[in-house]
Amino acid sequence: MSFLDKLTEKSWEPAGAVAAATAAAGPASRHAAQKTALGIFLVIISVVFLLFFLTFITHSQYPGFEALAGEPWMPFSNTSQLWLNTLFLGLSSAALHAALVGARRGMANFTILAMVAAVFFAIQFVLAQLWLWRDLTAMGYGLAENPANSYFYLLTAVHGLHLLGGLVVLFRATLLLWQGQGLERIQASLSLCATYWHYLLGLWLVLFALMASSPETYQTIAALCGLEG
Amino acid sequence: MTHVAIADQPEEEEHHPTSFIAKYIWSQDHKVIAIQYTIVAMFVGLVALVLSGFMRLQLGFPDTFSFINPNTYLQFMTMHGMIMVIYLLTALLLGGFGNYLIPLMVGTRDMVFPYLNMLSFWMYFLSVLVLLASFFVPGGPTGAGWTLYPPQAILQGTPGADWGIVFMIASLAIFIIAFTMGGLNYVTTILQARTHGMTLMRMPLTLWGIFTASLMGLLAFPALLVSAIMLGLDLLAGTSFFMPALVSLGEQLDHTGGSPLLFQHLFWFFGHPEVYIVALPAFGMVSDVLSTHARKNIFGYRMMVWAIVIIAGLSFIVWAHHMYVSGMNLNFGFFFATTTLIIAVPTALKVYNWVLTLWRGNIHLNTPMLFAIGFIFTFTHGGLSGLFLGNVIVDVPLADTYFVVAHFHMVMGVSTVMVLFAAIYHWYPLVTGRMLHEGMGKIHFWLTFLGTYAVFLPMHYLGFLGVPRRYFSMGDTAFMPESAQTLNASISVFAIIVMVIQVIFLVNLVWSLKNGPRAPRNPWGATSLEWQTPVMPPAHGNWGHALPRVHRWAYDYSVPGAAEDFIPQNVPQEGSGRPDDGGQEEVKA
Repeated sequence: MSFLDKLTEKSWEPAGAVAAATAAAGPASRHAAQKTALGIFLVIISVVFLLFFLTFITHSQYPGFEALAGEPWMPFSNTSQLWLNTLFLGLSSAALHAALVGARRGMANFTILAMVAAVFFAIQFVLAQLWLWRDLTAMGYGLAENPANSYFYLLTAVHGLHLLGGLVVLFRATLLLWQGQGLERIQASLSLCATYWHYLLGLWLVLFALMASSPETYQTIAALCGLEG
Repeated sequence: MTHVAIADQPEEEEHHPTSFIAKYIWSQDHKVIAIQYTIVAMFVGLVALVLSGFMRLQLGFPDTFSFINPNTYLQFMTMHGMIMVIYLLTALLLGGFGNYLIPLMVGTRDMVFPYLNMLSFWMYFLSVLVLLASFFVPGGPTGAGWTLYPPQAILQGTPGADWGIVFMIASLAIFIIAFTMGGLNYVTTILQARTHGMTLMRMPLTLWGIFTASLMGLLAFPALLVSAIMLGLDLLAGTSFFMPALVSLGEQLDHTGGSPLLFQHLFWFFGHPEVYIVALPAFGMVSDVLSTHARKNIFGYRMMVWAIVIIAGLSFIVWAHHMYVSGMNLNFGFFFATTTLIIAVPTALKVYNWVLTLWRGNIHLNTPMLFAIGFIFTFTHGGLSGLFLGNVIVDVPLADTYFVVAHFHMVMGVSTVMVLFAAIYHWYPLVTGRMLHEGMGKIHFWLTFLGTYAVFLPMHYLGFLGVPRRYFSMGDTAFMPESAQTLNASISVFAIIVMVIQVIFLVNLVWSLKNGPRAPRNPWGATSLEWQTPVMPPAHGNWGHALPRVHRWAYDYSVPGAAEDFIPQNVPQEGSGRPDDGGQEEVKA
């Protein structure tokens, strides 16, 4: 039953195919509802970041904007620390996926180990981001020095807050498993966490790419979006 | 892993709350949360109403009242606008009516995430507290105008630039979190918890309006959040997202390189969809009220649904028609004027369909119907003046005059409030089990309807004269005749009358709780599911031991050959009028 069929149903006529299908199906499971809600939530986060990115690109075309990469002396011309942070988040994401696979196969010990690893690497990532902030500030790239810096702190902060929110949920699931809850009960929670984690990893990669790009790249993106100054 | 459908979960798991606190304070029942939302929203709405009264006192009778000076005038204006649009209308329509009606209309026991729903209300309550607290901080609330445009919103010289604006930004951020929790619930419940047989196209239009508006809110409020965060950082951390290099009070500020225009784009990318976040639930509810009290099926149901969806989509690409005079690229004006005028097509279609629903209907002119018909008038008027303002060339001379004030109050204020009154008179029996007093209701309607016309119709004329909005005092200006002031005084008198009239409504609400006639089951003879619960008002869990099954759309009124002039949605197609008994056979067939 395609979405278009559903929207073109002539509901005033005696029950057709759409009505028959829905009559049999009825309300969805709780997990399905959670998946839908998570999907919508990810769209909302995407909109938030898309708007941030658009204003960033607009800003990049104003005079006085100094990108954080491009010239050799700019901080993100050397991206090694950004890559290290990416590694932490990637490991966290991979560990969570492993936990999900473990839970599906009924391996309780492996699952709990993988979940603890995921929490550990996620916290590592947050700490490494804070370290990065400290470094940047020490190098003279403070929050209010230039719009490019402001954006970097703002975007990483909003991204980090979302990760911390996810950590609360993941931590709760780990605790439940630790207290001897069955694998089936936390499997749903794990699969939602894993989706969220992979999404945040993807988002971080986009953020990374944007922040470490050169002024010429910004100019090209701005031209493509019709936002030239 | 075994999935247990929400509907099929055993009843023991629902654990009916027993203590007073669990039942009425920290309640997870959508009906209680809806009433909590409604009471808080109506309370802040009354505050905002009084604020507008203060503004009218100053405009009608300048320099008569010592507590209104230019600063407090701007603060009253800002808070009036912000409260009415966000904390009253959005919260009441989606938090109040959305919460009450969604689970009942889709035939489920509660929202899919009841705990989140409870959090949503308490976050909303917190946002209202923070907002009201700003009246009591040093310097008072912000007076930057409800659009909070930088740079002036955060510069010294604007009232409330020290504390008021901080409280406003914080309150908005909390509200957005509250709305996101609520909105996720509304959308997911409608998508995933509809009962057996409730297809999307069998949903009452009320649900379509609320569903679409919630989705829009989830996509539009992020823009406000983003602009609020960046504005807050400009204010508190000294960044320059929106703040250009400028000299304020003779001093060069530290800001450099920001763009105030960027804020306006972000704000209106939220602000215009917000108009429809408020309007679409109203469109939906008025459709159901009209259809029920005209005893006729809604004209062009499918068209009505598609119109709602199309309006929602288009409303995201018209935002810059609020910015024709902002200094943005002039070529944008042509694009946004075109998209704006295209919105008139689905909107006009809806108006025609409402009128055609009434045509040859068996119209019952009771209070909800009167308000619904009143809405058709006020909305058409507001919509027509929108056509003027949507054109760049007409908008430029009219921008920032009373014509604009008249337009948006007519289309977004009066019209939406008309529907809210219609909805309250219509659904009050369901919520309380009592009917509202008809006599008081009719007096309330006629005085409100005629009174608001007396207030807002002359404003169009003032706008043509060029009387500017937002001004504390008009001073001596050559282009304004003496009569403009006389007209302003008469507007103020009528505005105060309309305000005082609302006391009748409030008295009716409270008085009828105890003294209103007991409502019979399904007093209006409505078809939609919310009226078909085993007991009325619906108990915790809504549906007793079994969920209803839906067999038809929500508009089977005056069906030829039927015993009564309505057939509820849970009556089987070949049914004899016995609700809820033949569902199983039909599923197999």
